[in-house]
Parts: sequence; structure tokens; C-alpha cells
Amino acid sequence: MEFHKNILKIDAEKVCDTICTQIRSQLKNDLHKTGAVVGISGGIDSSVVAALCVKAFGPKRVFGVMMPEKDSADESKSLAEVLADHFGFDTTLESIYKGCEGLGVYDKRDEAIKQVFPDYKPTWKSKIITPTNLLEKETFNFFTVVVETDSGEIREERLPLKPYLQVVAATNYKQRLRMTTLYYHAEKRNWAVMGTGNKDEHMQGFFVKYGDGGTDLKPIAHLYKIQVFQLAEYLGVPNEIINRIPTTDTYSSEVTQEEFFYGLDFYRMDMLWHAMENSVPKEKAAEVLDLTVEQVERAFYNIQRKITATEYLRMEPLEIKG
Amino acid sequence: MDKDTLKKEIREFIVDTFLFGEGADSFTDSDSFMQTGIVDSTGILEVTGFIEEKFDFAIENEEMTPVNLDSVDNLVAFISKKVNG
Repeated sequence: MEFHKNILKIDAEKVCDTICTQIRSQLKNDLHKTGAVVGISGGIDSSVVAALCVKAFGPKRVFGVMMPEKDSADESKSLAEVLADHFGFDTTLESIYKGCEGLGVYDKRDEAIKQVFPDYKPTWKSKIITPTNLLEKETFNFFTVVVETDSGEIREERLPLKPYLQVVAATNYKQRLRMTTLYYHAEKRNWAVMGTGNKDEHMQGFFVKYGDGGTDLKPIAHLYKIQVFQLAEYLGVPNEIINRIPTTDTYSSEVTQEEFFYGLDFYRMDMLWHAMENSVPKEKAAEVLDLTVEQVERAFYNIQRKITATEYLRMEPLEIKG
Repeated sequence: MDKDTLKKEIREFIVDTFLFGEGADSFTDSDSFMQTGIVDSTGILEVTGFIEEKFDFAIENEEMTPVNLDSVDNLVAFISKKVNG
């Protein structure tokens, strides 16, 4: 099996043409919709999907929705506007803040964090992180809550099961509110909702079921994150978006996707995953990536575990057979 | 607590919590919870919560490893070491 440093380099023009041809056909022949609604966050994935839609359908058949809330970075909105200006499609701003507040999203999250930090105040910043040393040690993906007090003191504590589940359940409201907002704008136009998840997110389960996972099409779910970057370059996505460090944009303290979920930089993770999927010998993967065989084994184990553990996220509702 | 009693308590917890009380003989003491699919990564948090409460000690972040937590045998060895020092 061939395996080298550039194995995941794509022919961006060809990949772009394939995606555009297929999403045009899917909209027309399968979904019977006449345009595309995209939630735009100023991140690389939604930007690439919006750009692909403009290429496939033209800017008049693309509508971007910006959906910030209390914990969103200001940069998310400004970069989304840069994107829309650049590609010439219309947008609207739909803050989900009041919806989140009405559903008690922040109160429910804060109540869970208080189980770990009883003196926690809503004015403090917080984020959830996972171990980022997965190459160095075989470890389970436990979650740590990190808070920043009003005076700037940083404290962190591992989350026990109950508060962890409550924090996740509360914050998942955000993605689900965004999904319903996107469907409002899609249905009133008879258009489709575009998914923006890449292969890393889709297969390792870094999405919310019926939240950002609730869409009509998934045009980049077959591409590794590092391939999405290549496509962004080809499509001419503005550099300030390409150069932005991928974050969750979900917690009040900024948290990168690497520290929140993946535990490894995108290049090495995608290369290791490709090696695993294609049965590249561990020794060969280790040589190309300048790692030890043990590190490769740990990465394989971690990636496979995430794929297996999140299978239910990708399942359709189960029906009774017979 | 002797190791046989400890093993019995852990098996009971695993079977009651993750297998709806059925299929106690569907896994051996050395089977990996993760590889057999009995417990996933969220389930491991449930296991750690049970151990911390039952045996009254804190599991450190660096101890959150398969070597310590990913089978009945591993749990017995880990708990014994922690409790007996």
C-alpha cells in the first residue's frame, strides 16, 4: 500500500467538480429543491460548503444564516460577512441567544459546572477539554472543565458522569436551535439545508445528532479536514478564514477542536486515519510520520474507538423488524 | 475485601448497568470492555464514578487508562493497588 507525506493531497479542481455535479443532481433529482441554505460560522468547513454551493447553483440560489449566541466569538460573525461579500450571496443574522436563554441553556450548563465548582459564577468563562497527549499515552477520553474566574484565575477539574452529560446536553441545545433555524429559512424558500461536517467530524462523531448533523446533504463528509483546507485554497476562500484556528465556538472560553475533541493535530490525525483505513503497515506509517510504532498503535486505537463509540449518532431511528 | 468478592461486585455492576442484568457469561474477566462493546467511553465515566463512590478514593487523570479500567481483571488489580497501597 502506497503511503507518503502527500498521500492526502487532492486534485482540488476534480474534487470540486465532482461535488458540484453531485449536489446539483441531488437537489434537483432527489430532494426537488431549488437552492441551498448554509449556516455560516466564519469557520473553514461552512465557508467551503457555501463556496461550493455558489459554484454549483450560483449566488442567487445560496442563502447564508449567521446564528451567534452569548458564547460565540465576535470574529465568527465578521468572518461570515467577509465570506458572503466575497462570494456574493445573501445572508441574515439570526441570534439564537434569546432562544437559548428561554430554554435555560446557560442556567442548565452552569448548574452542572457548579457540581464541580460550587462557587462558579455565570460571569466566569468556561470550556471543556479532553486529553491532547494521545500519542504519548493510551488514555480514555475523559472530559475536564476549565473555568476562568473574574480575577483571571484558571482552575480545572475532571467532570464526573452526571455533570458531564448535563453540560453536553445543555450545550447541544445550541446546535439543535441552529438546525431548526436553518430549516425555517430553507422551508420558506423550498430550498435544502446543507451539512458542513467533514469526514473527521462525521465519522468520529464530532457533531450533534439532529443538530449540526440534521441536514439534507453532506457534501464534504467524505473529505479529511486537511483536504477541506486544500479545497478552500482552490475555491478562493478568504485567507483570514483559512488561517483561523478551528474552534468549537460553543464555550465562553475559546477552545480549539484539537483540545476539545481530537487530541491530535489535523495533519497527523488524518494521515494516521488514512493509514489505518487502508491497512498501511504500522511500521510504514511510523516511518513516514516520524513516530514510533507504539504511537501509531495508540492513534489507531483512539480513532477506532471514537468511530465505534459514536456509531449511534450516524444511525437512523431503529425500527422493529418482522 | 478479597479479590473474589471484589470481582463479583464489579461483574454485578457491569451486568446490571450495561447489560440490563442479562448475559453475565457473555464476557470473561479479561475481555476488554471497549473491544467487546460492553462499555463505551461515556460508560467508562460511569465505571469510574461507581469505583470512586464504592471504594472511597479518587481516580487521578493519569490513571484513566485501559490498563487500569478496561476489564474486570484490570479493575480488580487497580482497585486492590489503590486500596491496599
